[in-house]
Amino acid sequence: MFEYAPAPESRSIVSIRPSYDLFIDGEFVEAKSDERIVTINPADEEPLAEVAAAGEADVDRAFTAARRAFERVWSPLPGAERGKYLFRIARIIQERARELAVLESLDNGKPIKETRDVDVPLAAAHFIYHAGWADKLAHAGFGPSPRPVGVAAQVIPWNFPLLMLAWKIAPALATGNTVVLKPAETTPLTALAFAEICQEAELPPGVVNILTGAGGTGRAVVAHPDADKVAFTGSTEVGREIARAVAGTGRRLTLELGGKGANIVYDDAAMDQAVEGIVSGIFFNQGHVCCAGSRLLVQESIAEELLAKLRTRISRLRLGDPLDKNTDIGAINSAAQLDRIRELAAAGEAEGASGWSPACPIPERGYWFPPTVFTGVTQAHRIAREEIFGPVLSVLTFRTPEEAVAKANNTPYGLSAGVWTEKGSRMLWTASRLRAGVVWSNTFNMFDPASPFGGYKESGYGREGGRHGLEAYLD
Amino acid sequence: MTDKTDPLRVAVRRTYKLYLGGAFPRSESGRSYPVTSAKGLHLANAALASRKDVRDAVVAARKAFPGWSGRTAYNRGQILYRIAEMMEGRRAQFAEESAAAEGVSRARAEALVSAAIDRWVYYAGWADKIGQVLGGANQVSGPFFNHSEPEPTGVVGILAPADSPLLGLVSVLAPVITAGNTAVLVASEHHPLSAVTLAEALATSDLPPGVVNILTGRLSELAPPLAGHADVNALDLTGAGDHAPALEEAAATTLKRVLRPGPDDWTDADPGVSRIRRFLEIKTVWHPVGS
Repeated sequence: MFEYAPAPESRSIVSIRPSYDLFIDGEFVEAKSDERIVTINPADEEPLAEVAAAGEADVDRAFTAARRAFERVWSPLPGAERGKYLFRIARIIQERARELAVLESLDNGKPIKETRDVDVPLAAAHFIYHAGWADKLAHAGFGPSPRPVGVAAQVIPWNFPLLMLAWKIAPALATGNTVVLKPAETTPLTALAFAEICQEAELPPGVVNILTGAGGTGRAVVAHPDADKVAFTGSTEVGREIARAVAGTGRRLTLELGGKGANIVYDDAAMDQAVEGIVSGIFFNQGHVCCAGSRLLVQESIAEELLAKLRTRISRLRLGDPLDKNTDIGAINSAAQLDRIRELAAAGEAEGASGWSPACPIPERGYWFPPTVFTGVTQAHRIAREEIFGPVLSVLTFRTPEEAVAKANNTPYGLSAGVWTEKGSRMLWTASRLRAGVVWSNTFNMFDPASPFGGYKESGYGREGGRHGLEAYLD
Repeated sequence: MTDKTDPLRVAVRRTYKLYLGGAFPRSESGRSYPVTSAKGLHLANAALASRKDVRDAVVAARKAFPGWSGRTAYNRGQILYRIAEMMEGRRAQFAEESAAAEGVSRARAEALVSAAIDRWVYYAGWADKIGQVLGGANQVSGPFFNHSEPEPTGVVGILAPADSPLLGLVSVLAPVITAGNTAVLVASEHHPLSAVTLAEALATSDLPPGVVNILTGRLSELAPPLAGHADVNALDLTGAGDHAPALEEAAATTLKRVLRPGPDDWTDADPGVSRIRRFLEIKTVWHPVGS
C-alpha cells in the first residue's frame, strides 16, 4: 500500500465568527431566546462557533417576516425575476465554493473531497436547475396557472447541511414561496454562510429566514400556525411525530426519512465495479446517508470471492483528517451519533453476526468509527432492520432473484436500492419489483437536481428534484 | 313483496352482503343494519361489518396487489371498461336504488348512473397513459440513463363519499385501481346499497378477486382500524367527515399517504390525474451509459 504525505486543504479560506445571530427578514438579529449552542468540529472536538437557539418568539418573528415577504414581494414578483435571484445565488455559491467546502468539512466532519466535489457543486446545481423553472411553472403539469403554497417551514438534517438546504430552498423559492428553515443543531455554519449569500444576492428581506437551534426550535418551526407547508428531512421517528402534529391542520407535508437500502449483487455482475459501488454505497459520507446501501445482498455462489475483494478494497480506505484531500472516511458527525453506531454494532455481535474492520489507525481526538462489515447476518438481526446511519455494512446472501427481491423489500423503509448485473432484462425485472423510490443499477449514490428523489412506505412521501419535486410547493 | 308484473308471484329479494376477496360473505360478526330511503322507508338490511372484516379485507387486498399491479396497463384498462359494460347492463337496478337512496327523480337518477358508467370509461382510458404523463426521462448532468415512472402505492383504504353513493363512489374508486392499487372501500354508511350492487357488477367484470373489497357498516367502527392498519399504504378520507383529523393522525403512525377531504365536484367529467397521482409513487432508475 502506498504511503501518502498529508495533503490538507487550508482552512484559512474560511473566517468563522465566534458567535452568530439568527437570520430574520434579511438581517442577522439577536435572538430573544437566551439559549446558545456551541457547534464543534467533530474531527478534533474543538468548538467552532456559538449560535443562537431560536425560541418561540424568534420563530414568530421569522414567520411574520416570511408571510410579509410572501404577500408583498415574492409571490407577486414575475417568475423570470425570481429565477434571476436563484441564478445569482447559484453563482455566489460557485464563487465561494472552496470556502463553503472547507466550512462544511469543518462543521460536519465529512471529507473535503466530498464537500468539494459533491455537496457544494450539487447545491449550486439545484439553484440553477430551479431558477430555470421559476418562469415555466405553467408547463410543469400542475395546471395552467399553479400558485405557490405560501410560507414553508423546513427542517433539515446534519448529513448534507448545505445540499439539503438547497434541496429545500431552491424549489420553494422558484415556485414563489418564502421559507423559514432550521438547520441541524450540529451543523449550522453553512446555513449561516448561505444567509450571507442571500444578503450578497440582495434577495428581498424575509424570503429566506434561517433559525438555528435544536429539537425544540424544530418543533416550534413545524408546528407554527402560520406555516402553510412543512418539509422535513430526517429520521422516520421524527417524521411520524411531525405527520401527527400536522394531521387535521390542513397544512401540506412532505417527508424524506430513513432507509435501509438493499444493494443486490447477482452472480454475473462486473465484480470490480460492484465492489466500488458497494463501497460508495455504504462508506460515502461515513454512511451518514439516508439512501445508503446498508444491506448487501450477494448471490451465494459469488459471496466468498466478492467479500474477499471487498475486504481488500476497504483495507485501502483512508480514514482521518476530513480536510486532507486523500481522506476517504471522515469523522462521525457527533458523539450522540457515534454512540448509536457503537450500540448497533455491539447488537450485531451480540445477536450472532460477526463484524470485521480493517486495521486502520483512529485519531486520538474526535469521533471516529472504522469501516465495518458484518457477515452471518440474518433478516431478524437489528443491524439488518434498523438504520445505523454509519459506516456499517450488513451482508446477507440469496440464491434466486425472487429471494433477492423478497429480502430487499422486507423492510418498512423504501428509499433506495441497488442492482448489479450485466443482464439488462434481469436489471429491469429487479428494478421494477423493488419497492424503493430510487434504484441505482450498476452505480450507487448518484444525485442530480433533475432526478426526483424520495421514498416509498415509511421512508416518507413527496419527491425532491425534477419536475416531480415542484408539486410539493404548488397549489 | 310481490312481483310487479304478476301479483300472484312472490318476488325474490336480494341479500346485500359484503364484497371481500371476490366473494360475498356476510359480516363475520353476524350483524346487519336497516337501510332506509331518503323518505324514510325501509329498503333492505345491509351487513354491519366489523373490525375483523376490515382486517380480512386488507389481507385480501394485499394478496391481490402483486397480480393486479403486475398486469399490463392495457389489460387493467380493458377490465375497467368491462366494469362500465356490466353497469350498463344493470342500469335499471342502479337507477332505482339511486332514486330511492338519494331521493331524486328517476330522470336524475338515470343521469347519475350514466355519469358513473362514463367515469369508468374515462379512467379505463387513463390506465396506459399515466406512465407517460407522470413519468419520463430526466436530463441528469452525466453519462446516465435516468428515468422516472409512477408505480401504484399499494393497498388504499377509501372512505367513500357519504352523499353520493354511486357516482361519488365510482369517482373515488376508479382512479385508485386504474393505476394498479388495490382497495378496501367503506361505503356510504346511510346509502350502502348501490355499493353492493356495484360489487356485483365488479364480480362479473374479470376484476381479479381482492382488487376491490367493499364493506358496509358504521364509519366510526370501520374507519379507525383501516387508518391504523400497518398494511394499508394510503388513505382516501373523502367520506371521513368529522373523523378526518383523528384518522389522519392514526395514519401518521405508518406514514400512510393521505388524501384529505376536499371540495369535490362529481359532475366534472374530466377530473384529470388529480386523484390518480395521490396514490402513486415515483420510482427513479439510474444506469450508467458507456461502451
